[in-house]
Amino acid sequence: MKVSDFTESSIARQLRRPGIWFRTGPFCTHLQTPIESVARAFHALYADFPLVENDGFADFHVRVASPRGFRRWHRPQALFFCDGERPFKPLDRRQAFAMFEWGFNWCVSSYAHQYVIIHAAIIERRGRAAILAAPPGSGKSTLTAALIGRGWRLLSDELTLIDPSRGLAVAIARPVSLKNASIDLIRGFTAGAVIGPRIEDTAKGAVAHLKPPADSVYRMDEPALPYWVVFPKFQPGANTSLASYPKANAFLRLADHAFNYCQHGVRAFHTFAELIDRCACYEFTYSNLDEAVAVFDALASGAPAATVGV
Amino acid sequence: MRRPDDLVLLALTHPDELPKLHLADWDLLIRQARSAGMLGRIHAALDEAALLDAAPRAPRAHLAAAAIIASSQERVVRWEVRCIERALSEAGTETILLKGAAYVLAGFPIARGRLQSDIDILVPWPKLKDVEASLRRHGWQDLKLEKYDQRFYRQWSHELPPLYHPQRSTVVDVHHNILPRTGRLRPDSRKLLDAAQSIPGTRFKRLSDPDMVLHAAAHMFQDGDLNAGWRELSDIDGMVRLLGKRVGFWEELLQRAPEMDLARPLFYALRYSNRFLYTPIPASAASTIQKWGPTGAVLRVMDATVLRALSPRRPEKTRPGTEAARWFLYARSHWLRMPPLLLARHLTHKLLKV
Repeated sequence: MKVSDFTESSIARQLRRPGIWFRTGPFCTHLQTPIESVARAFHALYADFPLVENDGFADFHVRVASPRGFRRWHRPQALFFCDGERPFKPLDRRQAFAMFEWGFNWCVSSYAHQYVIIHAAIIERRGRAAILAAPPGSGKSTLTAALIGRGWRLLSDELTLIDPSRGLAVAIARPVSLKNASIDLIRGFTAGAVIGPRIEDTAKGAVAHLKPPADSVYRMDEPALPYWVVFPKFQPGANTSLASYPKANAFLRLADHAFNYCQHGVRAFHTFAELIDRCACYEFTYSNLDEAVAVFDALASGAPAATVGV
Repeated sequence: MRRPDDLVLLALTHPDELPKLHLADWDLLIRQARSAGMLGRIHAALDEAALLDAAPRAPRAHLAAAAIIASSQERVVRWEVRCIERALSEAGTETILLKGAAYVLAGFPIARGRLQSDIDILVPWPKLKDVEASLRRHGWQDLKLEKYDQRFYRQWSHELPPLYHPQRSTVVDVHHNILPRTGRLRPDSRKLLDAAQSIPGTRFKRLSDPDMVLHAAAHMFQDGDLNAGWRELSDIDGMVRLLGKRVGFWEELLQRAPEMDLARPLFYALRYSNRFLYTPIPASAASTIQKWGPTGAVLRVMDATVLRALSPRRPEKTRPGTEAARWFLYARSHWLRMPPLLLARHLTHKLLKV
């Protein structure tokens, strides 16, 4: 059974109580919410994800709720709970779905330390994965959204999870979070893109979520071995350029994006060393999505040296 | 006496029962243990019993994640202790590691998987200024505290205001005693220092065997509000099991407790660790300790309160009475910490601030 086997109103009813148990890669989440907008966006964007029969265990028990008291009516708010903890301040209720997405990321990055967790997108083609690491606002999610619209498989647009015992990246395949101008850009770029409601005035500006390709969700149990580490940067008007980047620098820069490098200690060092040894490392500047996709397709077809002059 | 309705208790006392749990119980255990800060300890208990592989895959991942955090904290403690050692080399004073750092450096089994917080050290009162100056010279600085809190620490507390190292984001608490100067019970810190024993391989000392147990008891039942209930009680249990094997330990402990003015906290510590965690107490010692307890009514209130405090916390659904029990413990810890007039002043200040 998957989410889309149910109607929106059925999903909304189940979400209210007892909640829905669904799986994203290795994680089973129990989500409970009485908020309609969350149910609607969940039904649309998580359509292909499998529901799990409640066997009693969930990795995260998540609740997005309205506060009691007058805040239910006056400038209504949303609260996020994970296992009864409330890691965030209340937000405007219109931002409830975005809050759920951020909260989900918080759950993974706070609790899933069995993985080395890198704040980076990861996509795969022909069995090889590319890690895209960049600070917020560099166009990492936009690039990811463009690539998964053209045949790349989404593992994650936000959290790269590496199993340190095998060096493999694990997929969670959750919706891609698009911001501001990227929302319309991707709507125009990817025919048939399903994009959730535009949520205005968040801490990151306007936010909307792109539904992951069905194929990425069906294949979310397939891990992938990273072969490229790319530091992307969107620069208006810039020429598309993929430049080889020294491995030692790439190591440090990628470690800088890791949430739990220190916690893993020497294990993280070896995981990164092995990963960087295997990967070709690049800095990538782009302004045109078609050209950007062409560069990545050239990488995937195994002809990077000729086409990109490395 | 009733036992807390908490799966953490089952995990601590009967790890061999865990593989039989249903997934729904595992679900509850993982959340209760996380909220009690005991996930890493439970991982260690299962590991020692060679039962990790018998746990289902999903909960095992949470235990493994907690073990990774715990071992990184242990690494941080070891490193931080070396930094403190270097900083204090010029202060030329005996320095005693307390609690978590002592368990780690002295190789106590309870250190495995244990969550660590700040590093606690104990130094002689006359050396306090030198120690503070040395630490400041090596980069430690004040946490942002308001003036009242600064003064509170310096005038009435048994420790300096916490010192923070911005580069490593670590905090050291420098103590000159194990209970506040204003408290009802006043252990003599000179006696603690005199009995301390060195930790091999370091320039630090730890408290003597009986004093370590007494300190943990004092911390849990005299100074604290039982917020870290299972963590503290399982420390006490683990120490008594380890140190109690040594010939002469119980005689020393029974002699030391009244000498340090800590007979009552020891009574509570052993009562609850024995009732809940089956800490072995020799019959000969039990009869002496029994006399250090309070009278019937007080004991009944304390039993009920501790039972509540060790019961699982469901932050979204607090059972009626649990908040009251927590408030009682908070109030009690303050009452024991300060004379009434000072307490009134302190609470007035905190009230006006809010």
